[in-house]
Amino acid sequence: MKYTSQSVAKPYFIAAIGLFVGQILFGLIMGLQYVMGDFLFPEIPFNVARMVHTNLLIVWLLFGFMGSTYYLVPEESQTELYSPKLALLLFWVFLVAGALTIVGYLAVPYATLAKITGNDLLPTMGREFLEQPTITKIGIVIVALGFLFNVGMTILRGRKTVISMVLLLGLVGLAVFFLFSFYNPDNLVLDKMFWWWVVHLWVEGVWELILGAILAFTLIKITGVDREVIEKWLYMIIAMALITGLLGTGHHYYYIGTPEYWLWIGSVFSAMEPVPFFMMTLFAFNMVNKRRRQHPNRAATLWALGTGVMAFLGAGVWGFLHTLAPVNYYTHGSQITAAHGHMAFYGAYVMIVLTMISYAMPMLNGRDAANSNKSQVAEMWAFWLMTVSMVFITLFLTGAGILQVYLQRYSENPLPFMVVQDQISLFYWLREAAGVIFLIGLVVYITSFFIKGEEARLTKAENVISD
Amino acid sequence: MNETFTKSMARNIFFGGSLFFFLLLIGLTTHSVRGLPEQDNRQNLTEEVALGKKVWEDNNCIGCHTLLGEGAYFAPELGNVYERFGHSKEAIKGFIQSRPVNGIPGRRSMPQFNLTDQELDAIAAFLKYSSEIKANNWPPNIQG
Ligand code: HEM
Ligand code: HEM
Ligand SMILES: [Fe+2]
Repeated sequence: MKYTSQSVAKPYFIAAIGLFVGQILFGLIMGLQYVMGDFLFPEIPFNVARMVHTNLLIVWLLFGFMGSTYYLVPEESQTELYSPKLALLLFWVFLVAGALTIVGYLAVPYATLAKITGNDLLPTMGREFLEQPTITKIGIVIVALGFLFNVGMTILRGRKTVISMVLLLGLVGLAVFFLFSFYNPDNLVLDKMFWWWVVHLWVEGVWELILGAILAFTLIKITGVDREVIEKWLYMIIAMALITGLLGTGHHYYYIGTPEYWLWIGSVFSAMEPVPFFMMTLFAFNMVNKRRRQHPNRAATLWALGTGVMAFLGAGVWGFLHTLAPVNYYTHGSQITAAHGHMAFYGAYVMIVLTMISYAMPMLNGRDAANSNKSQVAEMWAFWLMTVSMVFITLFLTGAGILQVYLQRYSENPLPFMVVQDQISLFYWLREAAGVIFLIGLVVYITSFFIKGEEARLTKAENVISD
Repeated sequence: MNETFTKSMARNIFFGGSLFFFLLLIGLTTHSVRGLPEQDNRQNLTEEVALGKKVWEDNNCIGCHTLLGEGAYFAPELGNVYERFGHSKEAIKGFIQSRPVNGIPGRRSMPQFNLTDQELDAIAAFLKYSSEIKANNWPPNIQG
């Protein structure tokens, strides 16, 4: 660690991992409710578990992005963070607000929560992923502003690199597009249109800038490849991301009451959205192949390569699978959507945060560069357990989705939704089993942090260049 | 990537391309919003329907159901439930009202929301209004 203020990243990473565990537990609860409908009913109805699952996901990814930023920006800017105190204060504000919100979901019926948090004054609740009480949303905006101020001041004060500027642009975009969550017109079609300005323009827009910047940073550190080369790649990746992804929003405007021309615009542009993800894969592998030094943190290298591959599979391949309008006509809102949502979120955003944690955590824990070999081996086991089980979760949901689409929407005698759900329950059982493996992987992951041992180091011959 | 293609060229493609397509997105969105009255059934967007949307949101119905294909995949599509229930608001209200408090052993069940009569009327009106939105012929059939 080059700057002491980078250490504020640590609590962010720890909180992220803690909330990740919560997310997966609620995923498993829901997975069981899919096959045992009365499980935990009426104490934790499915919709409550789902809010907890998806909101924890988003909140822990945000913790991960913020922690990554606090680690990355001082090093790129070559100066201490503007205000480490503010960073710590915002950490606690965000954690407490997040925890209270989750407790609210679980403790009282959602309608009661809406009432006591004043949803009547400014109704923003009850929309997928944006279920947070309006006051929580306002809190998120305040935390985001404080965070951006802190990071912006640091960058202004120090060296301005392409990586930190791209990261900042992505983070500003994240905050700006979140503001659309406050727009909730009575008109359902308008509501849906602009709901996607948060959700789509996040994951297929500005978040890709954050992803690209963090990936570029870790690749520079791990491979020692020349900054000029890395920055050129970064610009091309994010250029393709926005050129395809902005109008790619149209793939959500097919069947929600918006004009017909989106069938064409959405299909054409979103069909090209896999390109930036494919470039990320090439980027990661190319840089690692061209490396000018061996880095003792092999686990971090594995995560970085894995991010490239899995983001392309989940977002690129599974996204393309259902993105053309005639296909989406049948798959819209089915288990195919869930399959894609899982692998895309995991492959792109979970894995990039875990890449950064893998790279930074040894230094945050006072080591020179890497954990012990034993610890790294455990971490790499966790990588494979989580990644492979996520592939299987995706495959089982895809199987369920294909059958669902056929039985309910395509065959001669379409069957009712609930009848079809019963017929495909085998796939849901298999998904749940894969989910248990995922949880085991996560436990191994956490265990790896507690495995001590002497730091892994390279021999002189291995260590070609050091900086 | 080769040497003749410089970083500043890449940067210009990023800023130029992003700005161009962002402006295009804004333009197309504005155009769509102007054209929405043709499709979005706003002539039937009464106060009761607006209240129905509020009831829909305050009870987080989207946490189990899809509406025009968006939401959760645990329970049936409701964008066309008005048609599936024989064009009957009464049938919709009756279904919501009769959910058992403690669920159905071994099966997925919808919670009992204890809605008032006014709320029941409103949610049924909202679902009727939703079913009349022109969504490019989606869903493919009555099963949603
Ligand atoms: C990392 C990037 C991505 C993430 C995290 C992601 C995640 C998601 C999620 C969670 C949904 C479901 C939204 C809902 O609940 O309604 C969704 C829907 C969708 N995604 Fe992605 N996605 C990504 C990239 C892509 C890409 C690159 C494509 C196209 C090539 C794509 C195509 C689609 C389509 C067509 C839908 C709508 C599915 C439907 O009609 O039900 N996604 N995505
Ligand atoms: C490991 C065990 C997991 C299980 C059993 C599980 C289960 C589920 C279930 C049952 C749903 C609701 C689907 C529906 O609406 O009917 C869901 C939604 C979701 N989960 Fe998971 N999940 C798991 C892990 C994850 C992970 C690791 C991620 C992120 C990387 C994730 C991200 C999501 C997202 C984004 C949604 C919303 C999907 C959409 O709207 O299309 N889940 N999950
Ligand atoms: Fe999208």
